[in-house]
Amino acid sequence: MEKTRTKTPFLKVLRRHWLLLLMLLPSLIYVIIFSYVPMTGIILAFKKYQYAGGIYFSPWNGLNNFKALLISGKLGMVTRNTLLYNIAFITLGVLFEMGSAILLNEIISKFFKKFTQSLMFLPYFISWVVAGAIMYNIFNYEKGVFNHVITALGGKAFDLYNTPSAWIIVIIFLKIWKQTGYGSVVYLAAITGLDQEMFEAASIDGASAWQKIRYLTIPSLMPTMMILVLLGIGNIFRGDFGLFYQTVRSSALLQPTTDVIDTYVFRLLIDNGDIGVSAAASLYQSVLCFVTIMISNALVKKANPDYALY
Amino acid sequence: MTNQVVLNTHKRLSKDELSVNILGIVLIGIFALICVIPFYLIIIASFTSETSLIRNGYPLLPSFKDFSLDSYKLSLKNPVAILKAYGTTIGVTAVGTFLSVFLATMTGYVLSRKDFPWRNKFAFFYFFTTLFNGGLVPWYLLCVRYLNFKNNIVGLILPLMFSVWNMIIAKSFMSGLPMEITESAKIDGANDLVIFARLIIPLSKPLIATLSLFAALAYWNDWYNCMLYITDENMFTLQYYLQRILGSAEAMRIVAEKSGIALPSIPIESMKMSMTVIATGPIVLLYPFVQRYFVKGLTIGAVKG
Repeated sequence: MEKTRTKTPFLKVLRRHWLLLLMLLPSLIYVIIFSYVPMTGIILAFKKYQYAGGIYFSPWNGLNNFKALLISGKLGMVTRNTLLYNIAFITLGVLFEMGSAILLNEIISKFFKKFTQSLMFLPYFISWVVAGAIMYNIFNYEKGVFNHVITALGGKAFDLYNTPSAWIIVIIFLKIWKQTGYGSVVYLAAITGLDQEMFEAASIDGASAWQKIRYLTIPSLMPTMMILVLLGIGNIFRGDFGLFYQTVRSSALLQPTTDVIDTYVFRLLIDNGDIGVSAAASLYQSVLCFVTIMISNALVKKANPDYALY
Repeated sequence: MTNQVVLNTHKRLSKDELSVNILGIVLIGIFALICVIPFYLIIIASFTSETSLIRNGYPLLPSFKDFSLDSYKLSLKNPVAILKAYGTTIGVTAVGTFLSVFLATMTGYVLSRKDFPWRNKFAFFYFFTTLFNGGLVPWYLLCVRYLNFKNNIVGLILPLMFSVWNMIIAKSFMSGLPMEITESAKIDGANDLVIFARLIIPLSKPLIATLSLFAALAYWNDWYNCMLYITDENMFTLQYYLQRILGSAEAMRIVAEKSGIALPSIPIESMKMSMTVIATGPIVLLYPFVQRYFVKGLTIGAVKG
């Protein structure tokens, strides 16, 4: 990582670049307070939290918080849900985002391209609260548009809020719906940066449009894809809290298919006020994430150092 | 993107180019429609009379017969709560976006300086926070117990003020600016802060437009921090206000209290939809202004470099 030609002495750097260091100071203080200090708070997972003692002076509790977590029997379920949803988000995300970027790039009508791109970006602009309102508008049992159409076509009204299995499709659909517009711009930015002469040369050599996509565009997008996939894998044990919280609206009936680690931790903390156990669940999640990203980055680095994240 | 267009218009489309185009127009067209239909449904529902909504449910097609402005009228009849939520949201978004873009660009610039020998070490110090974190519980306790975020406007601004991702986007963009700008200004005796403010920032318009949009979206759409820290109704953000309206029983109580209208005559179903429109509108209107900068500003680079 270090590329220092000659080793620069500490004091010399300090004297020459003190202003640069000063410019870093605000954000350094920020990450220390909001990221590094809370990291020390993971000791709460091994403590019996008492208000008077706070984070650092509450008595130790051994592994009791983790035992309570295991006894609850939910950990396996929420971990599985989080993992499977994220695998679906990552794979379908790559497919939809890269696919629409490539197609958008091929479309000749400038107006169509600009117009559809703007429409595809709309869902990215709304909060999950608004997405929740949309869900209500469409899927409400009595008033929803969906049942409206189904019954008009002679079908039977469908009660989404009583059908846990259907949520798997709905959640994945919502995520793709909200994310594709943004993701495709990331790929489109990468396509714009490609060497156009390469495509011209291929055309002169008689390559078809499909061949150019297959052998030029897709391979050149691999670095961008690898970064996005690695970022996704780094968060593979983190659920999108807003997505699950605002659309499922803490319905116990739907938990088997919609409860993820983040909603579980949140319930433990805010609804149950169980600080020790929720800290234990939090730590479990952080460690899982950390180990996954470390291993996957190391593997990618070994295969091709250019694709590694750090 | 534009190069491609110029190239292709010269000659007639070959068969395979035509087929790629047709496929693209069909697939992209369908997806774009799916993206926009829910917005259309929400908007027509917000203009439909409550009696029709209760009788027929949310409409698929607009109808003149059931057209009604009741829900908007009621929202504007006693607009104090909505105006307060707008005020909080606009204020927090404006201040937060400014601070957030300032921090991201300033940090990104320092880390993009190739003559700064510690840049990689610092970059990793920031990046590490995205790999590992303490989780919700220590963060929540820190904010509530030690930083006093409860019912404090600071609790809506600080949590979203610095994003490592935005900083990395800034760093990637600024690494692409010619190093000679900094070097020659240094020879002329300008210090780093002056170079950043006077030379680098004016050259980074696409970046700043992109980062401002991200930051503004994050602040405008924030309900999470409001839910965690704010219990005072006068300080609710728009999105959190909407979240409460969507929970019916809660909504009725709020509206009845604020407007003094008897419970049964409140158009609750159409109000849910008009509040959604009111809470979303302004931020969507921002998009056309930043769209042209978008592809240029959004270059995702690696942490190293």
